[in-house]
Amino acid sequence: MTSSTTPELPKPSPAPRNAGERRGPRESSSSWRLTDRLGLALAWVLGVLFCVIAVAIVVFLAVQGLRYLHPSLLWTNPKVSNTQRGSGGFLDPLLGTLIVGVISLSLAGPIGVGIAVWLVEYGRPKLLARLVESTVEMLAGTPSIVLALFGLLIFETKVTGFLSAINGGIVFGKSCFIAGIMLLFVALPYVVATVREGLQAIPNHVREASYALGKSKIATIRRVLLPSVRPSVITGSMLGFGHTIGDTTIILLLMGDTQVLQGVGHVPLLGILRGTGSTMTSYIFDNAPTGDLNHPQLAYAAAFVLLLIVLALNLIVDIFARRSRELRWS
Amino acid sequence: MDDEFLEYEEPAANQDKRAELGLGALVCLVVFVLLAMLAFVLKEAWPAFAHNGLSMFFGTGGNADQQLQTIFTAGSENHASNLFLRAWPIVWSTMLTTGGSVVFSFVCSLFVAVFMVEFAPGWLQRVLEPVIRLLASVPSVIYGLVGVLVVVPFIGNHLITQSEKASVTPVISLSGYSLLAGVVILTVMISPIMIAIFAEGLRSVPRGWLEGSLALGVNRWRTFWKIAVMSARPALVAGTVLATARALGEAVMLSMVAGTTAYAPNPFDGLIFFFEPSRGIAATILQYRDDITSPPFERTLFAFAAVLLISAVSLSLLGWAAKQPQKRHFNVGGIV
Amino acid sequence: MELTQMESRQPPPVRRLTPGTTLKSWPSARQPASVPAPELGQTPAQQNGTPLVTTKRTEREIVPTIDRMHVDEVSIAYGQKLAVRSVSLPIRQGEVLALIGPSGCGKTTLLRSLNRLTELTRTASLSGRITLDGTDIATLEPTTLRRRVTMVFQQPNPFPMSIFDNIAYVLREQARRRPRKGALRPAVEDALARAGLLEEVKDNLDHPALRLSGGQQQRLCIARALAARPEVLLLDEPCSALDPQSTKVIEDLVVKLREEVAVVIVTHNLQQAFRIADHTAFMYLGELVEYGSANALFGNPRQQRTRDYISGAFG
Repeated sequence: MTSSTTPELPKPSPAPRNAGERRGPRESSSSWRLTDRLGLALAWVLGVLFCVIAVAIVVFLAVQGLRYLHPSLLWTNPKVSNTQRGSGGFLDPLLGTLIVGVISLSLAGPIGVGIAVWLVEYGRPKLLARLVESTVEMLAGTPSIVLALFGLLIFETKVTGFLSAINGGIVFGKSCFIAGIMLLFVALPYVVATVREGLQAIPNHVREASYALGKSKIATIRRVLLPSVRPSVITGSMLGFGHTIGDTTIILLLMGDTQVLQGVGHVPLLGILRGTGSTMTSYIFDNAPTGDLNHPQLAYAAAFVLLLIVLALNLIVDIFARRSRELRWS
Repeated sequence: MDDEFLEYEEPAANQDKRAELGLGALVCLVVFVLLAMLAFVLKEAWPAFAHNGLSMFFGTGGNADQQLQTIFTAGSENHASNLFLRAWPIVWSTMLTTGGSVVFSFVCSLFVAVFMVEFAPGWLQRVLEPVIRLLASVPSVIYGLVGVLVVVPFIGNHLITQSEKASVTPVISLSGYSLLAGVVILTVMISPIMIAIFAEGLRSVPRGWLEGSLALGVNRWRTFWKIAVMSARPALVAGTVLATARALGEAVMLSMVAGTTAYAPNPFDGLIFFFEPSRGIAATILQYRDDITSPPFERTLFAFAAVLLISAVSLSLLGWAAKQPQKRHFNVGGIV
Repeated sequence: MELTQMESRQPPPVRRLTPGTTLKSWPSARQPASVPAPELGQTPAQQNGTPLVTTKRTEREIVPTIDRMHVDEVSIAYGQKLAVRSVSLPIRQGEVLALIGPSGCGKTTLLRSLNRLTELTRTASLSGRITLDGTDIATLEPTTLRRRVTMVFQQPNPFPMSIFDNIAYVLREQARRRPRKGALRPAVEDALARAGLLEEVKDNLDHPALRLSGGQQQRLCIARALAARPEVLLLDEPCSALDPQSTKVIEDLVVKLREEVAVVIVTHNLQQAFRIADHTAFMYLGELVEYGSANALFGNPRQQRTRDYISGAFG
């Protein structure tokens, strides 16, 4: 053992060298144990596999869809026929999708925003707040087939007869209206969750500034908070809309399952809403080999169109989510 | 003089009170709807359940489809025997499909989430996130369509041998509409849910722990698995539970790829087990949706719906409760 | 680049854990710490005659030193911004090296480069050479390096496990086959003893580590770092989040530990450096302004900037 050497005088600092001449080897997985490397390999395989599956689904549907999609399908009504060529197009299902989407969105939007506002801004008594939170979660987890059966129960009564057709005193209980109303519960959790997040992201000093100007709470909410969560509202609505138009069971049970939109009564718009019809999802379901009609080519075409709609919605949601993230509260 | 420019505003207190009451009423309405749904469904389901007892779901005996036919044709006469049903094959099928897909999905999702959060190169990370979101938003009927037109023929023509088909002909037909198809596609369907929740949990692990572990000489893989996965346990539970609820309620896709007969796949059949048809509870309801006009049949279907509803609701509640501790996770408190 | 090789004069007196070492070869637990661990919650007057003043540096025994690491003309940049400019330092076992300087002067960056934690930042790049026992650390596997050069952070970060599991974490990861809990116990208790924590937690080893107080948690982190039997212990402002009592305990601990490991401590607290350092390096804006024995640097600083900093002209 030797004693310590005298400490060196520090060298006078030379001109700073160009750092970055060398980077050492980063931690590479070659030093790991075998199990660790296998784990990483498995992670890679699965990660890539999911990408491949997604791409495969899209490409497959695109290829098949483009093969069978004639533009005329988009604006022809479905007809009853044994052949695929003569079965017409899917204009009515497209309209049906739009109709139920709009109905459910116009209901889920305000109701969802209201619930989110109450949860974030009020939220008293605490017990009720937790009850509401868990209710929305439970709604999110409820299978749509149960929602559909419930809809059958409540809408076949005389009280709600105005929402659908009444034939000789018996309420039919299935219509565009009814499907749209039950679909509201499908879209609601997404709206609530997104708007809630958006409201919680607004720092308190914004609210306090508004109160300090003498504004009431509700005026603050209406004039200050809601306009600034507009991106969240749109994102949440689009998410909810996406799940609405993707739903099949509620449509199958509650929309009457007629290929063509059949209105009821003589009032122009209301008649259609009270009437029966179909959407793209039920159209695909019926035209699949397992469905009643078994016209796979039409099913491909419709599936492709539906997928495009869903992809477009996803893209819009992405853009809006990114834009709302760029809003920085200092 | 300025008064003419000031709009008349109600006293704030009145406005606020009205608003709070109004919103509170809205909120109570929503809670009420859910409770009403529970109540109505259970009420409709009760007669069928009372008649058959628990063996309705767990008892075997006879062909469930035939029994359902009997119930339907019996019409509206309220005979006691109208509600007889032993639906074990249907329940067993649900358990198999849900259980199988959740188990596979859990493993896959955990690895993909870990990969996505930590080990994927930047470009792949940026690709994976939209991919997962895409998979989550594809409608289930499209999954079903791809399944019935690609997966089912593949299984039927390439995986099942002729001899296997011949061996079961009297009882069922192995045509590719199978348990395997259902489980595989359902796994793909519910994985995005799990991946999203797992990734969120993994991302919120405090960096101090990860750095501390790395600074002790533990490699990145083990650091992440030991520390991050362990502390993201609430997210793992929440994701699994929510995905299970989703899998339970899946009707459309399964009815398109898993067969249309009420049959209980038998694990002792060896390899054929995977190829046997399996129609679960939700798919059964969907299949018989048009026959709901007959009251006893309606009650039977509602009994099924009640089972689904109670399971799904309890699972969602569990998932919500499991997510709560994550916020209080890092305070003082035993986590062992 | 010319570099005078610093050979290690002698194999390290402390056994280094290499893969394959079975735990039967662990030394048995040492005697409890010679400095009695103070009862937390007691005022200084109530402690059993332990003064709150650290043993003066001049009264400390001289410990023979062994060269451990050498930093040679190291510059570190984040992207285009140079954080550390051409610093050279020796790091020796048997002494405490304190890195002092105002915030942002690069001392933490330099510390983190000693165990290659700077690599966690993608934009970081390093030029120059750092050697450990003669070997360039860039040629070592980061995991191996970090077991020989361990670090304690500013914020105590015990893992969300029991106290036992925290210390055993490193031991379990290093062993080829998962060791039994009984086999680990002596090593765990030894590490706790060396960190001065054993007496306080001896009966509660299975309790969650997060329930300990801040000072205890930090000592747990030190014990955890020592469990790996490192050659160098890096401390990044370990007391900045702690109260004075815990600070004193940890300072005494650091002084005691210098016999077994080379200690490098980054601190912005001049008084702390004054108390515990044997050698001090003053950095300013990434440059090493002055390096010398603590007596020399604090008593008679050569550079004007050092003089200004120590007298408080800037901070």
